[in-house]
Amino acid sequence: MKNRKSSRTAGFILLAAGAALTAAGLLQGQYASVLAKAIRICMECVGIG
Amino acid sequence: MGIQAAAALLQNANIKGFFTGRISENAAKGVCVPGLNCYSCPGAVGACPMGALQSFLGARPFRIPYYVVGLLVFFGALLGRAVCGFLCPIGWLQELLDLVPTRKRNRFRLDRPLRKLKYLVLAASVILPFFVARTPFFCKYVCPSGTAAALFLAAADKTVRSMLGSLFSWKLAVLIALILLSLFIFRPFCKYLCPLGALYGCFNRVALYRGSVNESTCIGCGKCTAVCRMGVDPVKNINSAECIRCGDCVGSCPAKAIRFGFTAGKEPRIIVKEADMKNVQ
Repeated sequence: MKNRKSSRTAGFILLAAGAALTAAGLLQGQYASVLAKAIRICMECVGIG
Repeated sequence: MGIQAAAALLQNANIKGFFTGRISENAAKGVCVPGLNCYSCPGAVGACPMGALQSFLGARPFRIPYYVVGLLVFFGALLGRAVCGFLCPIGWLQELLDLVPTRKRNRFRLDRPLRKLKYLVLAASVILPFFVARTPFFCKYVCPSGTAAALFLAAADKTVRSMLGSLFSWKLAVLIALILLSLFIFRPFCKYLCPLGALYGCFNRVALYRGSVNESTCIGCGKCTAVCRMGVDPVKNINSAECIRCGDCVGSCPAKAIRFGFTAGKEPRIIVKEADMKNVQ
């Protein structure tokens, strides 16, 4: 019971940490970096090299 | 299966791209999807988290990938490997191949040691880009999603077709091997190679979407263990890193002792009225 409760708490903490990291990345403009990569064909991914 | 099909379709909703061979350039492409879905697939409407992570790690000057890591931690803490079970197109394709009636072999001697391979793939995908810049090792040498993307692109575009060489032949061989293995082993890519599965598996123990076994109603019949194609013993460890939350065990339990959900494992709150307390006294 105690274990279950602490793992739930850890889940909430990690969820908040994930949201905070995502927000930090957005503030640094990392969304644009991902977008720039994602709108071009990735040569390595498709096996061209 | 319905959820998986819908998720695969939603993540690859740029249907026009399959015919034109042009990938989507919409703003949504900057958002990582939870599962493995190559952003070079002409249908993809989002970014692959593994590809984006490796791209950041291999970029010079190096920047800490807060955004991608944050999304991975968020998805992991919320869903754990339910992402694999419900939202990953590659997982769904392997499940479709598992429907082919062949002699299935999900329990064999090398199964357990091979499961550790995905952690090595994850470590290699994260560490190697530090040493060799701009080389996403997993995407380049392993990822079947990228190979499938190449097949779609090559089918629609003659220029892409003419550029495919020995690296593509290697990737195609990996894809064919995985397709063949999927006919006999349930989700071999998820079990042995997927770095995302390895990562989300680490969250299974704490993820908010979780499983629970009611020990007071469990009759210990072992049906859940027998039905699990991922080789998990739900009674011993329902939140194992290998559990993809498919729910096969839930359906097999004659005592209805297994549950998955955001509230699974949470003890019901008992409200005792003042009058009842007086009766007890």
